[in-house]
Amino acid sequence: MPKIVFEGQEYLAEDNETVLDCLIRHDVSVNYSCRAGVCQSCMMMMEEGTPSEASQKGLKDALRAQSYFLMCSFVAGEDIRISRPGKDFQSMETGVLALDKLSDDVLRVRLARPENYSYFPGQFLNLQNPDGVERSYSLASLPDDEDFLELHVRHIPGGKVSGWVHTALKAGDRVTISPATGDCFYTPGQPGQNLLLIGTGTGLAPLYGILRDALRQGHQGDIHLYHGSSVMEGLYLVDALKTLDAAHANMHYHPCVSQGTPPAGIISGRADQKALEAIGKLDSWRIYLCGREDMVKSARQKAFLSGASLKDIYTDPFVPAVD
Amino acid sequence: MSDSLYNRLGGEAAVDAAVDIFYRKVLADDRINEFFDGVDMDRQAAKQKAFLTMAFGGPNNYTGEDMRKGHAHLVARGLNDSHFDAVVENLGSTLKELGVSDELIGEVAAIAESTRNDVLGR
Ligand SMILES: Cc1cc2nc3c(=O)[nH]c(=O)nc-3n(C[C@H](O)[C@H](O)[C@H](O)COP(=O)(O)OP(=O)(O)OC[C@H]3O[C@@H](n4cnc5c(N)ncnc54)[C@H](O)[C@@H]3O)c2cc1C
Ligand code: HEM
Ligand code: FES
Repeated sequence: MPKIVFEGQEYLAEDNETVLDCLIRHDVSVNYSCRAGVCQSCMMMMEEGTPSEASQKGLKDALRAQSYFLMCSFVAGEDIRISRPGKDFQSMETGVLALDKLSDDVLRVRLARPENYSYFPGQFLNLQNPDGVERSYSLASLPDDEDFLELHVRHIPGGKVSGWVHTALKAGDRVTISPATGDCFYTPGQPGQNLLLIGTGTGLAPLYGILRDALRQGHQGDIHLYHGSSVMEGLYLVDALKTLDAAHANMHYHPCVSQGTPPAGIISGRADQKALEAIGKLDSWRIYLCGREDMVKSARQKAFLSGASLKDIYTDPFVPAVD
Repeated sequence: MSDSLYNRLGGEAAVDAAVDIFYRKVLADDRINEFFDGVDMDRQAAKQKAFLTMAFGGPNNYTGEDMRKGHAHLVARGLNDSHFDAVVENLGSTLKELGVSDELIGEVAAIAESTRNDVLGR
């Protein structure tokens, strides 16, 4: 059985047991959330041993080069020694500036941006509740124009973190956040490429950041945003998006509602289906898919089959946490 | 005749050019796409790359035994000659789309053919 050395202690891993599962089984206090290689909260540095490709998936090149890896995605085949991330990659405290309702169950959370906090709109951070439980939330703000970090948090009744945000958090409180991470963001360089943005629910949070970032950087190609919800009340920032649509000839906002008969101006149906039907061939498009995991997965396959190249499909599946 | 098939096809760049087209054909082909259901797309794309590299006569460490083991769970689900033929057909039409000559396509098909018994576990 391979041995995992961490903070001076040795832990024996069972066959096919991930490093994360092994440490949890031994009651070691470490951070984690999704257990699926997405949220990066279980990231550690490997001091001895070699991280697998899968355990470094989604990590920035600089992190890979320093042997960072995700504990939930690594089964040790040999003895390894690991340590907590260096100071630059550790969580930090910041203040809550304001909480505002965007819809019945979505709260806009604005946090003071810590000094030197760098991110791309559309990336996400991990937010901790007072018990140290962390969850990922996407960044809707623009680092160059806005001095706050903006999150859109949907209320999951009984949810450990979203429940706390909605029922207990107040302006002026201190909270702990991780550095921003993730690869779902706008990159300049192909200003003429058409962009298709599809989001369900608070999948709008990263897209709101990506959309405004693209416009701000003078993107020339068409930008179609399909925001979907099951019910009308789930659509939010409708006026702000209509304003952007009116102000930019190449920006097109398509709100969609999948249940009941929506009022005029709202598309009836699922956002991903309606978008793919309306656009058809997606050769040379760039596509961003954010929100429910099942929507992201199926839309990714459909977009690929419609001609989009895999490298042009950026995804942000909101994988639920597994405690 | 000095250069290998892999190099004449264009090496890794040719594999990269072919992988999206080939994988899209496979996923869209109702004769075989059930075998690719439920597999993570990124992992699957990486495997398609391994497949193409091998079929192009490129560097790989796969043995006949690996091919047997790697497809045994598919053979148990009914993988047979007709599915194998469909994959070879998709491979050929991918290369045709990329403008590869019939002669080179024939060489690729021959490499694929040489794995038939291993892939089908015979
Ligand atoms: C990369 C990434 C980005 C994300 N970005 C955002 C974002 O911008 N905004 C946002 O609101 N969320 C976002 N999420 C989801 C978020 O991280 C949490 O999963 C969510 O807030 C629920 O956490 P919780 O602690 O409140 O609930 P938990 O305590 O984890 O769950 C409570 C109960 O609700 C169930 N549950 C969890 N999620 C859902 C759901 N979606 N629908 C129905 N039931 C559910 C759980 O299974 C559990 O039974 C993101 C997730 C990821 C991985
Ligand atoms: C033409 C000859 C074929 C060759 C040379 C070949 C080669 C390969 C290679 C190299 C892998 C990757 C193995 C790994 O690294 O794990 C693979 C995996 C796979 N092959 Fe093939 N293959 C062939 C035919 C087929 C056929 C006919 C099918 C089904 C229609 C098929 C379906 C698959 C699937 C589904 C996987 C992934 C297995 C998994 O991860 O579950 N292959 N193949
Ligand atoms: S990436 Fe490991 S717990 Fe989320």
